[in-house]
Amino acid sequence: MEVLLAIVIGTLYAAGIFMILRRSLVRLIIGLILLGNGANLLIFLLGRIAKGKPPLIPEDANFMTAAYADPIPQALILTAIVISFGLQAFAIVLVKRAYRVVKTDDIDQMNATDDV
Amino acid sequence: MLIALLFPFLAAALLALPVREKRDLIVRLSALVPLGLLSFFIYNSQQTPTMQRNAWLRDMPVSLDLYFDGLSFLFILLITGIGTAIFVYAGAYMKGHAYSQRLMAFLMLFMGAMLGVVLSDNLIALFVFWELTSISSFFLIGFNNENEASRKSALTALAVTGSGGLVMLIGFIGLGEVAGTYSIQEIIAQRDAVVNHTAYGWITGLILFGAITKSAQFPFHFWLPGAMKAPTPVSAYLHSATMVKAGIYLIARLTPALGDTPFWNQTLLVLGGVTMLYAAFQSLFHKDMKSILAYSTVSALGILVFLLGIGTSASILAASVFILVHGLYKATLFLVTGIVDHETGSRDVSQLSGLRKVMLPVAIAGLLAAISNAGIPPSFGFIGKDLIYEATELKGHLLTALAVLTNIFLLVAGFLAGWKPFAGPLQPEHQKVHLPEMAMWLPPLLLASLGILFGLFPQLIEKTIVAPVFQSISGTAFTGHLALWHGFNFVLLLSSITIVGGLVLYFIIKPSTALNSFIVKSEKFGPKVILTGIANGFDLFARLYTKFFQNGYLRYYIIFIMLTLIGLLGFEMWHYTTLETNNRLATEVTFYEGVTIFILLVSVVIIVFSQSRLASVAALGVMGLAICIVFVFYSAPDLAMTQFTIDTLTVILFVLVLYKLPKFIPLRFTPHHIRDAVIALGFGALISILTLEVLTKNVNREISEFYAANSYVLAKGKNVVNVILVDFRGADTIVEIAVLSIAAIGVFSLLKLRLPKKERIE
Repeated sequence: MEVLLAIVIGTLYAAGIFMILRRSLVRLIIGLILLGNGANLLIFLLGRIAKGKPPLIPEDANFMTAAYADPIPQALILTAIVISFGLQAFAIVLVKRAYRVVKTDDIDQMNATDDV
Repeated sequence: MLIALLFPFLAAALLALPVREKRDLIVRLSALVPLGLLSFFIYNSQQTPTMQRNAWLRDMPVSLDLYFDGLSFLFILLITGIGTAIFVYAGAYMKGHAYSQRLMAFLMLFMGAMLGVVLSDNLIALFVFWELTSISSFFLIGFNNENEASRKSALTALAVTGSGGLVMLIGFIGLGEVAGTYSIQEIIAQRDAVVNHTAYGWITGLILFGAITKSAQFPFHFWLPGAMKAPTPVSAYLHSATMVKAGIYLIARLTPALGDTPFWNQTLLVLGGVTMLYAAFQSLFHKDMKSILAYSTVSALGILVFLLGIGTSASILAASVFILVHGLYKATLFLVTGIVDHETGSRDVSQLSGLRKVMLPVAIAGLLAAISNAGIPPSFGFIGKDLIYEATELKGHLLTALAVLTNIFLLVAGFLAGWKPFAGPLQPEHQKVHLPEMAMWLPPLLLASLGILFGLFPQLIEKTIVAPVFQSISGTAFTGHLALWHGFNFVLLLSSITIVGGLVLYFIIKPSTALNSFIVKSEKFGPKVILTGIANGFDLFARLYTKFFQNGYLRYYIIFIMLTLIGLLGFEMWHYTTLETNNRLATEVTFYEGVTIFILLVSVVIIVFSQSRLASVAALGVMGLAICIVFVFYSAPDLAMTQFTIDTLTVILFVLVLYKLPKFIPLRFTPHHIRDAVIALGFGALISILTLEVLTKNVNREISEFYAANSYVLAKGKNVVNVILVDFRGADTIVEIAVLSIAAIGVFSLLKLRLPKKERIE
């Protein structure tokens, strides 16, 4: 399964980079989302994956007794998901606004800083 | 002494404070600072040198040790004495100017830096002050910052003197390392070790490079005429009396340490000789008073380098005297030029004449300065010139001939600038020109009178100034006497030839546009053109470089970054990756997992290749949910919930915004796409291999174990992930919430922003 996930991560990165290299701003944002997901999975996988062992302390214990999945990557990814949502939301709205002002979503035509 | 040194810097900071009222008064009062310093240093001057030690950086060989001897004293007299005259003059000159405070603040800063140069005993401290003079000079030359020529000259001056300073720093460090100390006095004490060291030639060459750029020696002289774009008080102060003499100071200061070797003497002799003759010749062809003075200044600096290059005690004496002679008459001539320019609006000697009828005191100052410059008895200049001839006479006829020729040209230049505007009939358009206020004409008149006074009574300065300077440079006591009259001898003959020849030439030469354009044309092949060419080439290179790497296209930046990463990582991995998988990676793939991964991969393909925006966004949602399920499989319930919520929100937001956006540009398979695809796939493959490689290594779970053991014990929470976020790393989470709030405010305002009609484009 790890091999499969590694391939998925590689695919997400490749797709993300490819999309970022496009001229359309919408595709660029989609590329960012793909990259973000790829990075999350990467961290997740590198923390080693374990089936059915969530990092929850049992009702009757004061600390983890049995084997458990690593909580640190999970905490990191949770933060990353939320922050990347903030970024995406802002970027999406910014694209909408920019499109209304300059009438294009082609980044090559957004070069002029003056007289828009 | 340290406080005195730091005082101008404080005054500069105070002067720069903006005030609304009484600006002129403040500017005029600032002249008290150089006057105060002048009195302080005269009061504290002693026959024996004093050293004041002040620590600066304790762990490095950098200190603010101040060494006060005859040589420092002479330069301090120039800096603060002429400085006082300049500050008084500038206060009147800049009256009512909007930025007069700024000018005075920079002048003050410069004065402090210059005092630092001549007082520092530590080489590094000297370098810091040295560069500070270059920087303040840059701001002063570019004072009229709305004038392009002004800005360009300022840059040229900074480029030449600044790079010279940097080269000099290398020399200083070499000298410091060879001698094992950065104190100039201690270096002088072990002169033999330095001079016999194999690196002596390099060190001396590098240091002299700094000195000759600063003192505008050929072929770096061209920045000085350009620097005349500065307001006249600045030209008078920096570019004739003080800053350009910093190079002379440095050469004189280091003469006991590095001097008296064939390399030192011959280099200086050639540089100074070429400069003095070349620049003196050039000065004949200009009609702008300031240009004439600029070239004659370059020439005078050449004479000083030349004299220090001869290196005999006669020539050192001549240099000691000539520094003072030149400072007095040249500052006067500049100030006179400033008055003429200020009152008539012209500096063209071919147009100006007869101004003595409207401004007599100025004319007297100009004439006195021209006389001292010419070396006509009984001026101080006559003594100076005699000493120069006495020094060259001992070295053969060639050098003497050079000196005589230079002095003839300089004499003409002095009369052109100092007397010609005042002689002859008054031009009709200048009938209404009037004498400026006393604060402007008194300083030049005083300086010019000193030039005559010291000539008549050389004993005034013989013991107090000249003897200590001579002692500082040569290391031996001064035994002779300064006098006007030496009897009938060869030197007197040379002086007479100079005066007669010069006066004859003065009446032959008529400054005119034709003459001027001739010399301008000849400059086409000068060193200035070569160095400007180099500068332009550098500029062009920088522009091409920027255009290539900073081209403004996001995708090229990313491609550069990606290719670099692929190159570096790929190279490393090529060498170290074994591509072995061990049994830890062999977790079985169940049917559900297989299906989830398949859905994930299919959705990615749809996202990338779909022609429809909606299909892309929908596939994005599917992909998010598939990842969500992966989290569920592998024991991360919190992540699954977050991912689910966020994924849904993103898709909704996208759909809401999407109908306002243009359709996708259809994806075609052009070479560009293939290039991008290759880069993207390459990077993806690299990440995959990297991941697998990392998975074969052991993982450190120390921190995880801490959280697992302490979540409940310390923080009373059983969901370890949640406890980490809200308790152990609670501060981080607060910052995260702040970031999200900022994003939310941004989103809200972007959606709600309504521009007023005139700013709206739609």
